[in-house]
This record gives sequence, C-alpha cells and structure tokens, in this order.
Amino acid sequence: MSELRSALAGAVFDGIAKVQEAGLCGMIAFRGDLSATKVKNAVTGVTGVDMPGQRGCNVGGDNGLAWMSPDELLIMVEHDKAELVLETLAKGLKNQHYMAENVSDARAVFTVTGKHAAEVIAKLAPVDMSTFSVGEIRRTRLAQVPAAFWMHGENAYTVVCFRSAADYMFGILSMAAQEGSEVGVFG
Amino acid sequence: MSTRLTTGGARIARNKPVTFTFNGKTLKGFEGDTLASALLANDQMLMGRSFKYHRPRGVVASGAEEPNALMNMGEGGKFEPNQRATTTELFDGLVAQSQNHWPSLEVDVGVVNNAMARFLPAGFYYKTFTFPKFAWKHVYEPIIRKSAGLGKAPTERDVDTYEHFYFFADVVVIGGGIAGLQAAKTAALSGAKVLIMEQDPAWGGRAVVDGGMLGEVPAADYVSALVAELEGMDNVTMRNRMMGAGVYDHGYVTGYERLRDHAPEMAGPRHRLWRIRAGQIITATGAIERPLSFAGNDVPGVMLAAALRDYLVMYGVSVGDRVVVVTNNDDAYRTAIAVKKAGLDVPVILDARAEGGGAIAGEARALGIRVENGKAIAKVTGGKRVKSVKICAQAGEGGVLEEIECDAVAMSGGFSPVVHLWSHCGGKLTWDEEHAMFRPDAERPPKGANGEGFVVPAGAANGVLDMGVGLADGDHAGRLAVEALGLKAADANLPAFDQAVEAPLAEVWMMPQGAGPKLRAKAWLDYQNDVKVSDVQLAAQEGYESVEHTKRYTTLGMATDQGKLSNINGLAVLSHALDKPIPATGTTTFRPPYTPISMGSIAGEARGDVFQPLRRTPMHDWHEANGAHWEPVGHWRRAYCYLQGEETPHEAVSREILATRKSLGLLDASTLGKLIVKGPDAGKFMDMMYTNMMSSLKPGKCRYGLMCSENGFLSDDGVVVRLEDESFLCHTTTGGAERIHAHMEEWLQTEWWDWEVYVTNVTEQWAQVGVVGPNSRKVLEKLGGVDVSKETLAFMEYTQGKLGAFDARIFRISFAGELSYEIAVPASQGAALWDALYEAGEEFGVTPYGTEAMHVMRAEKGFIMIGDETDGTIIPQDLGLNWAISKKKEDFLGKRAQKRAFMDNPERWQLVGLETTDGSVIPDGAYCVAEGDNANGQRNVQGRVTSTYYSPTLGKGIAMGLLHDGPNRMGEVVSFPGTDGKSYEAKVVSPVFYDPDGEKQNV
Amino acid sequence: MLILECPYCGVTGEETEFHGGGEAHIKRFGPGSSDADFETYLFMRENPKGVHFERWRHVNGCGKWFHAARCTMTLEVFGTYSAQTFEPPKEIKDAISAKRPGWSWREFS
Repeated sequence: MSELRSALAGAVFDGIAKVQEAGLCGMIAFRGDLSATKVKNAVTGVTGVDMPGQRGCNVGGDNGLAWMSPDELLIMVEHDKAELVLETLAKGLKNQHYMAENVSDARAVFTVTGKHAAEVIAKLAPVDMSTFSVGEIRRTRLAQVPAAFWMHGENAYTVVCFRSAADYMFGILSMAAQEGSEVGVFG
Repeated sequence: MSTRLTTGGARIARNKPVTFTFNGKTLKGFEGDTLASALLANDQMLMGRSFKYHRPRGVVASGAEEPNALMNMGEGGKFEPNQRATTTELFDGLVAQSQNHWPSLEVDVGVVNNAMARFLPAGFYYKTFTFPKFAWKHVYEPIIRKSAGLGKAPTERDVDTYEHFYFFADVVVIGGGIAGLQAAKTAALSGAKVLIMEQDPAWGGRAVVDGGMLGEVPAADYVSALVAELEGMDNVTMRNRMMGAGVYDHGYVTGYERLRDHAPEMAGPRHRLWRIRAGQIITATGAIERPLSFAGNDVPGVMLAAALRDYLVMYGVSVGDRVVVVTNNDDAYRTAIAVKKAGLDVPVILDARAEGGGAIAGEARALGIRVENGKAIAKVTGGKRVKSVKICAQAGEGGVLEEIECDAVAMSGGFSPVVHLWSHCGGKLTWDEEHAMFRPDAERPPKGANGEGFVVPAGAANGVLDMGVGLADGDHAGRLAVEALGLKAADANLPAFDQAVEAPLAEVWMMPQGAGPKLRAKAWLDYQNDVKVSDVQLAAQEGYESVEHTKRYTTLGMATDQGKLSNINGLAVLSHALDKPIPATGTTTFRPPYTPISMGSIAGEARGDVFQPLRRTPMHDWHEANGAHWEPVGHWRRAYCYLQGEETPHEAVSREILATRKSLGLLDASTLGKLIVKGPDAGKFMDMMYTNMMSSLKPGKCRYGLMCSENGFLSDDGVVVRLEDESFLCHTTTGGAERIHAHMEEWLQTEWWDWEVYVTNVTEQWAQVGVVGPNSRKVLEKLGGVDVSKETLAFMEYTQGKLGAFDARIFRISFAGELSYEIAVPASQGAALWDALYEAGEEFGVTPYGTEAMHVMRAEKGFIMIGDETDGTIIPQDLGLNWAISKKKEDFLGKRAQKRAFMDNPERWQLVGLETTDGSVIPDGAYCVAEGDNANGQRNVQGRVTSTYYSPTLGKGIAMGLLHDGPNRMGEVVSFPGTDGKSYEAKVVSPVFYDPDGEKQNV
Repeated sequence: MLILECPYCGVTGEETEFHGGGEAHIKRFGPGSSDADFETYLFMRENPKGVHFERWRHVNGCGKWFHAARCTMTLEVFGTYSAQTFEPPKEIKDAISAKRPGWSWREFS
C-alpha cells in the first residue's frame, strides 16, 4: 500500500466554530431498489446501522447509511474497508440490479463544531438550520459547490463535497467561521 | 447658525465625546450622533455640491432619503464614496470628505454651471452634443467623463469582509417603528416565528421623537416596553441596523445588516446580507416627508420640517436661531412648537392652506407664534446659507408681501408612505385624495407561491400617519399575516388613545401656485440631480407624456437616492403640465434595493481566494512546486506547461513535446470525466448515447466514442471502456463530467425510465496519469506488477491490477500518437503514483507536460478537440468522423437530426489540415476568404481555422480548419487574412500531420 | 426567486438548488419520423401567459428530474410531480382548475 493522502491533510481553522478536514472516509455510492428486502439486508448488514428513511442519515462510529435519493444511498465505512464491503455487497446482491461504486477518494469530508456551527452552515447553504436535527441529511449547495451535511452530535456537523473542491470548501467554511461573525440567532 | 444646545438630545451621550474629521478639519461630536447631526452641531451647514450645477447644498433630511449630504467616507482600503451623512453613525476617528467640488467645498469652480443653468436645461445632453460630429470624441466626451459620477472611485482593494446569511421566518416585519413593533408582537403572540428589522440603530421611529400618550404612558416608554417584551420572546428575532433591501418572488426578502460601519475597529464582517424566506412580510417602513417646491428651496438651511425636529429632539442640535416654517399640513406645526419650546425663535408659520391648520395651529398661536394662512414662500435668499424668506400669497404669482430674516426654513409638503418594499414584487398602489399620497392597495398585493398575497403594509407605510391609529394598524397587519399562515390571531391588548384631530392637507405642488418661469427655474424637485420644476414642465412641453420617459429625459429620480424626495412632487408637476390627474400619470417602477447596498454585501464570501471554486487534482501541489503555468479549464486548474529557468511558455511547450515524442512524458489527466454506466440495459443505453455501436464492445476493450445532442451536433467525446458485461466506463472531456452525467440521467429519468441502468460519476475517485512516449512501457515494467507487454495489453485494451504498490486501472490509449498508457489509481494514491512514475522515469529523462503540449500533439495527429473543432453547430460528419457513426443502429441521439436537409449536405464546411506555405502560424480564429463580396460589402468566406499551432515536431505552423468542400481540395492553396494586415497562405492537406499510419502508438 | 418542492426527496428549496429544463411532456420523435413531427419535437414550444408545465432538476440536491405546474404570469406553483409520467396527474389538474377554471395547455385541460 502506498502513502494515502486526503485532500487537505487534516487542515484546521478555529473561529466562532472549529472547521477541520476529517481525513479519508470510506464511502460507497449505492444505487438500487431501496425497498427490496435483499438490498436492505445487504446495506444494513455491511454497516450495522438501521435503514434510513427519506432524507435520513443513520451513523454509528465510522459506519453509516445516508438517504441520497429514492434510489441512492451513501454507505459509510472505514476507508480501508470499502473494497471489502463492495465484495460483500456483490455476494449478497447476486442477480439483483444495483450499482455500488467506491467514491471514498472522490470526496472531501469536514467537521464544523462548536456553539455557532449551525450559523456557519447557514451563511453558505440555503437551508433552515433552525429546524435541522440529528438523523437528517441535506444535499444542497454551500456557496457555489454542491455539498451534503448532517449532524454527528450536538453543535457538530459533517460536511461532504467533491475532493477537488476541498480547498474552496475549507476557504468558505473558514470565512464563515471568522472571529467576530457570530449571528446569535440559533439556540 | 446651527449649534449644539445645552440640553436635549435623546440619542446622544454627552459624557462620551467623539472626535472626527471633515475635509481635514478636526471636529467633535458625541456618541449617538450621526455625521449629519455632528456637522450641524459644528455649524457645518454646507455639506456638499450638487451634481450638475455645483450649487452649495446642506442636509435636507435626517434619514435614508437624504439627497445632498453625501460623503467620501474613510480612507485607503476602507474608502467608500456617496455615503449619506444622515445614516452614518459617528465613531471616534471617522474621516469624511464632501464631494463634487474643486478646489474646495467653499470655493468651487464648477459652480460656473450654475450661472449657465439657463443653457443647461433638461435633455441638454441630447440636444447639445450632436454637432459638430468630431467634437464628441475630442471635446464633449472628455469633459463629460471628467464631470461624470458623484464622489471618488476607490483606488484600493476593500479590506473588509462580508457575508450572507440564510434565514427563514413565518413573519418578517420590516421597520421597527411603533406599527412594526406592534405587528411583530401580535404575530409572535399568535405563535409565528418572527423576524423584525429596523434600519436605524434605535427602535420606535417617529413616536419617540414626537411623543404623545398611548394609554397611560408616554410613547417613548411604550416603545421601550414593547421592545423589552419582544426581546423576551423565544420566537422573535430582532435586528437593528438592518434595512429591508428588497422583496422578491415567493416571499424572498433581503436584509442589509450593517455590522461594523459604526465600529470599524471590531473584528468580523462589515456587512451581512440576510437572504430571508418569509411566509408573510409586513412592511412597516414609515413615510417620507415631501419638500415644497419654491424658489431657493435648496439653499443650505432649508430642511424638511420633521428632520429639523429630529435634529432638535434626538441630537440636541439647533439648525438655526430663527426658523420659518412653511407647510401645507398640520404636522409641521410640531416643528414650530418644538423649536419654540427649545427657546428659539419661529418668526412665522406660513400655512399654504387658506383655511389654515387644525387644533395644533391654535396651540402654536398660544405659544406666541405668528401664523399666516394662505401664505407661501416666494423665494429664499442666501447662497451658502439662508438669509431670509420673501413671503407671498400662495394663490398668487409671487408678488412679495414681506421679507423676513431667518437662518433656517422648515418645510413640509405632506408625507409619502414608503411603498417601495410593497411595490418591489408587484404590489399595486392607490391614490389617496385626502392625504395626496400613493398608498398600498390592499386588494392588489404581491402574490406568492400559493397565489395569495404575501405582503401586508402597516402604519405610516400604509398611509396611516396618526400614531395611535398606526399602532392599531400594526396590530391589524400582524393579525392578517398570521391568519394568512393559518394561525389563529391572538388578542393584543391595545392601549386607549386619542386620535389627533387634524385639518386636511392641501395639495401644493408649486409655491406659489402661479409661480412664473424665473421662480420655477429655482424651485428644485430632485436635489441630487438638479432637476427643477421648469425641467419637468419642459419635458411635458416637448412631448414626454409617460412618467418613465420624463424620468429619463430629465434624470428626475435617477440619482443615488432614487427620487425618495422628488418622485411624487415631480410626477404631480408632470400631471399638471399634462392636465391629467396624478393617478393617471402613475409612478415610476420601484426597484430594489431600497437604498444602495455595498457591492461587498452582494458578493458575500465570494471574493479573493474563494471568488469561485478552483478545482484541484490530487497532484496539484506537485505541479505548483514544479513551475506549473496554470490554465483554467472550466473550474479546474491545469498546468498549461511547466516553466524551467528563464524559458517562455512557448519554449516550455516545445521542450515538453520533443521530450515526450523522443522518450517519455507525464500528463496529469485526472480532470477527465469518468462515468460508470451499469445494468442489464447498459449496452442498449450506451448505443443511444453514443453514435458508435457500444453494445458490441468486448469487456477489456476501449473504443473512442462520440456523443451528440438530439439536434445532431457533437457535444462530447472520449474513450469508452467496457469493464464488465453490464458495466461501462465512459471518459468525458475535462469539465464535461457533470454535464454528460446530467445528460445521461435526464434521458434515463425522463424518457427511458423503465430501462435498468444506473449511472454514477466517479471522476474524482481516480487520479489519472498519462504515461506517454516510446519509453512509457519500460517505466511501467520498472514499477512492476501487471503485464503491460504488447502481447498482453494491445492498443485500445484495458487491464487492472497492481502496478508497483498501486491498485491501478491501466488503459492503453493514446491522444498524442505515441506508445502510451493512462494509469488510474484512487485519488488518495494519486500524488504517490505521480512521484513513483517521475522517479522511475528519471533515467529516461521524464518530462511532465501540460495542456498545451497535449493540444499540439493531438493536433499533429489530427485528433479533434471538443470546443476547438466544435462549437455547438458542428456534426461529426463535418469532421470526417463518419467512421465513428454506426450505420447499423436504428437509433441514437442525433441520428434523426443528422438526416435533415441542411445537415446531410455537401455545402457544409469540412475538416482539413492546413500547412502554411512559409511555415508561419495562422492566427487563431482566422477566416478563409473566397472571391467576391457578400450583400453587406464584406468579403465572402469559405472556411475558418479551428486549431492552429507551431509544431515543434515538424518545425512549422500547422492548423486544422473547416473548409468548403475541403476533402476534395487537397493541395490547393487558400488565404487567411490576419488582423495584423498580413495574409497567410496555406496548403490544404490531410489533418493527420504526424505518423499517419499509427505505427508509433501500435508498437 | 422561486421556491419549489422536489417530489422525490420532499425538500422545499429555493431556486438555486434547482435547474429549469424547459417544457414538460414532450414526445420524442426519432429516425423515420416526418420532418414536421421532428420539427415539432425539437423546436416548437408553448409560450403561455398563464398555466404552464415545466421540467426541473433538483441539481443541488437529490439529482432527480420532476415536473412543475406553474403560472408564468403570477409565478404561482400549482404543484410538482414525478417526471415519469406522460401527462399531469389528476390532482395537479384539479389544483389548477380550482385556481384557473377553464384552463387548457396543449392537449390537456
């Protein structure tokens, strides 16, 4: 195995919230019939979390399942487990029409944490952060790039975007988290 | 003179002095002052010069409507022109300069325009500068350019930061006066999530200035209690220093929050633009007092009556010792009374109404103030400040009855509700005869996503000028808003109040009503743009009947204040001149923003490094460290070439090409789009997407494919790899991945939704490196692992496995015409792969090359490039690509379109190669001329260049181009005139300049 | 700036999350079709002042295409529905009829 590099090597910015690149995460874009028992069993089997409903996001440790669209899930596992999970899925879904692609390296993952984390997101995404809660995923845009986010704890958000946009994402999150920029409207 | 009084001034903190400079002079004010109030306190009556005539001007208003007191504010990276002194909060160290004068505010050469005013009437630009013709460029334009624009343009980059903020509320209240506060309270009590914003630093609006009782408490105390109550509610967000800038479709509202203008030394963004989505919007934006149009109404010291009262009550500033009040309504009497009570003199109140004022007139008289009914100002005398007023009968033509010395004039022509935000998204207005004002027509509100109205006006903005009634109107608006949202309106206990009994206002659009031309030419409507009553009358006389045309002809209302003071007066004058009722003339369109907002706030975070996303490949840092000369390709940053030492980009490109063709080159090809198409119907789907037959491709094989739109035009190309029986990998052009992915999904979701196919974009999962050149195989063999021999991995084949330490996909494809491989590894291993290839290649003189070398090498091979050879009007047949269009397939996207008569046509220009006769390079974009001229007298054309380069391999200029009947004209010499005056002669040749038999890529 | 509800993911989002895709319910004509049919398919579009049916994609979201019934004059949205249908569903038509009695659009009314 050669040396693995995430897009920003764990860059950190501390302001009204803490912005941090989270390093490499295992991610599989899964498409298929999400109502099929075989599919449900396969994806919950490899992650150990419950099947999410519409816009749901269930996370447990490194593992998780996020509802991306009526026929798409994001499967989250440890980075070095992704290929193995693909094989497991292939075994479980023999003769089933589905698609599973390892997209771990196509993504950059950030965490935004702290009292004002929701405000940082609300400066960039056209989403009502006052009603956003744990267990939800929102696919939207952050400023000019597509992104998705969910809460991994109180005042703690995980933000995912394309790897090529990592530098931009870190830039806009840091800008939105600059000192003295508290809005003071949530919570 | 204007001065600070020893008492009074509800807003200022006399124990907190503040120092600032105006035109280099150091002055003192207090915390809580505006720049305007502080200047007045320092007897700085003169605050600027008008735009056209350079007339001396003082402050006329006390709020956002101010047209005169515009300042160049700040210095260096914090400099900003055209800031209103009336809305600028004073802070220690503030630096302001007045505008539009030279050499100084007091002595201004441009005032010569004033003497010439008679010769500079409305529309003089259009009339004057047409003759003689040559004079425009050499005389008029340079002068106009020099005098154009108010204030100075900033020279330095803005050092501040700005941001957006997305917010959602059931009810958004714009305006924190008494009506707005009550509306917010009623809505909040009913359970709605409420946001209330106020442009001013303080809550309460006019009620705080004018006093009066609400129930048992003074208005100011009532406001404080309301504010405290709202602050205590969890479902209410309150923001001051935030202006409702615009109302847009479906309840979208922008709020312009000025965070640091009053405290620039604090960390954090200067402005924040709130992008709010509201269920219902309540516009409680108040009303603006109108000036009266009398001669000399612009002399410094002539001020709106309510503004003069503001300075007195809120800032403890007296504008003059002797204040003449002139009015057509009862409200201005309050100013007279306030002035008198402050111990200053009011020589006379001139009430234009023959019947005079209501109860309040008696109150004024009781204080000993002389009140004259039916009287008007014929003229104000004075240059840089008021000296006297000449009094006449309003009914007459201006015969002077008396001259009264004074140093300030408080005028009131009635009030105009601030209907801007109501109107932005289509709310209609109705003319209120009684108050001579346009107010919102409740029957015709702007309508939202559900087809119902989403804006409710309240208080003075709704034409309700009385404080107590305004409070009730705010409650009413709050109820309407929550009921529209399906909530039950809660009862808010309103205090008992006495509605003031007022005498009706009289319409006074000109003073005196029979003013002659001399007076009309000094009666200003639009202060900032110097539009007078006579200008509007001239426009009407010259046939400008529409208010929109008159506006543009006279520039009435086109200044930075957008006619907040002038529009109604102007259109009343126009209506009279046209002999039409005012509502028949109508208003100009109200457009957002309400007052100018900073460019920074509009841009938000999008500036500097994050102006736009720049996409980086996993090997970006290596390129950056090794001389990459960057080129933007879509949002991607790619190396155009790598500069070594002192070489030019042209030299670098030549070096890279020669080294690659001779031995070994490396190209970062990660940006190429990669889509996976998978499923039982994948083959069928691929056959529809591509012009080629893709279903017959064997697993492990690669095929160059073309994609067309339904219109038949070539839209993308790339190598398709069949990974497995039901799985294809489609390479797209750089930056084409998202577009082609969307294109595929569109067809799958909206046309063939029963086909079992999934598509996923895996572009960024893979870092891809082109290993190119005669020694490319040796390098891969040196890394070891997968067998890449000629026998095992033939040209246009694919394999995967370990390459050294890497999990690699290896494609034997070539865009340069050499033996070459593209190696794809997961992006996290990309940088390491690049390093490994570079290290292994050093013994072969490995040369990383950029996009330009790639372009030149592909052109040497006659390969087309999407975007060079194609421009959205080119079909594959134009480019000699018939071999890639399946004839066996019944259908593919674009097939039917390519059968249309003008597509299937030998007259279309066709791709050829072009070789200049002298080895020079044809200029980019040059056209090939034909004999004769067209109907427009232009030279006929018969083709154009699509790609043109210097080929270091061949040592001469080569080009590809489209030429009429091209393939049948091999050997002919054709001409391409350049814009440099030279004509480039080129021989028509095959587009394949290098290795036509493909021997080099097949080794 | 419009707000639309994506019928697939249930998000009510602002226009910047979506991408307009022109007229809905267009029937494809391929090889073998007449010039007139092909011209209609490729180029002829409704331009109504009032009720209109459009395609939209939730591009900064779930990525799905859907249809919207909208008034081009008032921007009122009558409803959004699946793109995988040949005509507007009854509840959409009823919603329009309630607001715009007697409406018609192409062959639908």
